[in-house]
Amino acid sequence: MSLRKIKFDKKIVLSFWIILIALIIAAPTLLPVFRLNLLGRYLSLSIVALGVDLIWGYTGLLSLGQGIFFALGGYCAAMYLQITSSSEFPNNIPEFFALYGVEKLPFFWEPFRSPVFTLLAIWVIPALVAGLIGFLVFRNRIKGVYFSILTQASLLVFFNFFNGQQKLINGTNGLKTDVTQLFGQMVGSESMQRIFFWITAILVIAAWFFAKWVVKGRFGNILIGIRDDEPRVRFTGYNPVIFKTIIFSIAGGLAGISGALYTVQSGIVSPQFMTVPFSIEMVIWVAVGGRGTLLGAILGAVFINYAKSLVSEALPASWMFIQGGLFILVVTALPEGVLGWIQGDGPRNLLQRFGLKRKIETYPSLEVNNKEGNNE
Amino acid sequence: MELLLDSLFNGIAIGSVLLVAALGLAIVFGLMGVINLAHGELMMLGAYTTYVTQLIFKLPILKPFYNSYIIVSIFLAFIVSGVVGILLEKTIIRKLYGSPLETLLATWGVSLILQQFVRSVPLAYGTGLVISLIIGLFLPASFPSKIKESINFKYFKFSSWIFAALTGVLTGSLISSSVSKLSRASARNVDVTAPSWMRGQVEIIGTAFPKTRLMIIIITLISVIAITLFLNQSAWGMRIRAVTQNRQMSDCLGISTEKVDIITFGIGSGLAGVAGVAVSLLGSVGPNVGGNYIVGCFMVVVLGGVGNLLGTVLASFGIGIMTDLIGAGRLLSIWPDMPLPLSNTINFFATTSMARVMIFALIVIFLQFKPTGLFPQKGRMVEN
Repeated sequence: MSLRKIKFDKKIVLSFWIILIALIIAAPTLLPVFRLNLLGRYLSLSIVALGVDLIWGYTGLLSLGQGIFFALGGYCAAMYLQITSSSEFPNNIPEFFALYGVEKLPFFWEPFRSPVFTLLAIWVIPALVAGLIGFLVFRNRIKGVYFSILTQASLLVFFNFFNGQQKLINGTNGLKTDVTQLFGQMVGSESMQRIFFWITAILVIAAWFFAKWVVKGRFGNILIGIRDDEPRVRFTGYNPVIFKTIIFSIAGGLAGISGALYTVQSGIVSPQFMTVPFSIEMVIWVAVGGRGTLLGAILGAVFINYAKSLVSEALPASWMFIQGGLFILVVTALPEGVLGWIQGDGPRNLLQRFGLKRKIETYPSLEVNNKEGNNE
Repeated sequence: MELLLDSLFNGIAIGSVLLVAALGLAIVFGLMGVINLAHGELMMLGAYTTYVTQLIFKLPILKPFYNSYIIVSIFLAFIVSGVVGILLEKTIIRKLYGSPLETLLATWGVSLILQQFVRSVPLAYGTGLVISLIIGLFLPASFPSKIKESINFKYFKFSSWIFAALTGVLTGSLISSSVSKLSRASARNVDVTAPSWMRGQVEIIGTAFPKTRLMIIIITLISVIAITLFLNQSAWGMRIRAVTQNRQMSDCLGISTEKVDIITFGIGSGLAGVAGVAVSLLGSVGPNVGGNYIVGCFMVVVLGGVGNLLGTVLASFGIGIMTDLIGAGRLLSIWPDMPLPLSNTINFFATTSMARVMIFALIVIFLQFKPTGLFPQKGRMVEN
């Protein structure tokens, strides 16, 4: 997969950023609250999509279990909110514990009384879990579809665990956040949601730059090397296990941040975040946007979810057909995704097909050699 | 002793559902390296075939034979799921050969479409569509070779598709006018009732076994024996084994790998349909019925290793027996006075969902020692 990078003028880049920042600042006044909230949620989903792109688009590991880390981040954030606003309930613990006769906060929730710990836990815990799962799997050179179905199975395991444990995490009901308090305000209130939108927008940009930094340079090259020819990377003296584990736990951490942001904006975290379809959907956002292009992952997540909400409002039954068709179409006809197609030779080929742009008449390899720098 | 027997039987019953469902998946995965995420939905089609067959056998003409509908539906389910699988292979999977991850995603798309199809298309017309697919795919193949080799074969093919479409529409509307339950689309779950001779229990060595469970074990046994015979005794079975071992070399030696792929995929999908019949006997049938079993099937394939039926058999019975031992907390009843911390742990995992958690943990631990499953394929390649 060789992608030509389109080089933009500095002025264009600068004005793009100015417009983007202006839009982010102005969005709460332009959009009605409902739509703003949806946009904020989709933006937070684009962070998990960035993680999927890092592991699938760059490293070639198709994880069908990113929902685990997404939900873990969500649970961390939701539990902190529940604990801090539980002063009026008996025993100073969240209300739902009383339903199951639990009188003392389970010990592993104890550290979540501290906001600093929670902010760390939101990304450190998912990253550690991802690192552990990844290490155990990669160590044995399990890869390809084996890796995919193992991640899917672990997703189901986590789902079963979270679904069944009422006394620890309120089981299938999940943890609500929209009626909790933060800084003396309701989390579900309009002003808080506006702040969450801005935080999300900033974090998406930060995550984008972080992901760009990760794939730049030698580390990124090794990731791409693992994707394209793993034995060769190993024979060159690198240990792919370390790199795969690191990138998998980075993706896990991103998923955790994304889950926490999504939770505070949707008002609830529940084991539904760990269902199988949701985690596969994350992959399709990246596939449609363009895997191996970070911007594609962000745009794919936002646009597909937006389309999903529009279509589901109009024709609820047809979304499954559209989504299924999208999976098949993007894999068979557009394997590089929309952005990859635009950055690659797609538009040129299309223009040629309509006869608008003439084929280069020289021998085709001449062009290839010129581009790659003829150094043989 | 009785308890142990009971536990063993339950485990074998769970394991045999897993086995018949995973068998097709394992064969396809061994041959093409492709995990078919729509396998669960092919099972679902098999289960719905049972339901449709049952309703059709309630019609006055077929009423005398009602008791045998379950036997008929096994064959029908095999054909229905097999044909849908062949269509899937011909249209999508063949194009993605060599990129298993992409196939995974595409088959997931197929599974979404199949689920929604069952929800929003009346079953009668679905039946019509499947009938026209069967005719369209198999009629041209059954022409004498003189016609097949003639230059006008494409016209024969085209007209047989038209004939197939007409037959499909006719049967669809015939069924929808005669069976009112099938004429409307519904997303609700349906129930398959077992014929009278399959209800009740049988007593073996002092323990009562439900007859439906026994029936499932028999179905599984027959499928495994049939597949083993087919793979080991027939010419096509030999070709399938050859391609599984070395695709390039078999291709060079003149085996049509394309045909082998189609046949294997068809048989694998057909087995999913048979599994669907078994599943329909256990509970109600809905669009999501396949999803409950599919991850278990994946675990069987991972645990059993590729290209060896014995591995699949052992893995599914192993998982089945372990599920029963852990999930029903049977260790406690076998050994009642075990130390407290141990019994607490066992109680903690003594639900169906927590048993899954435990079994998955055990599988991951097992893979640390044998990463390629119970019976790995021998070879000298670094990667495959």
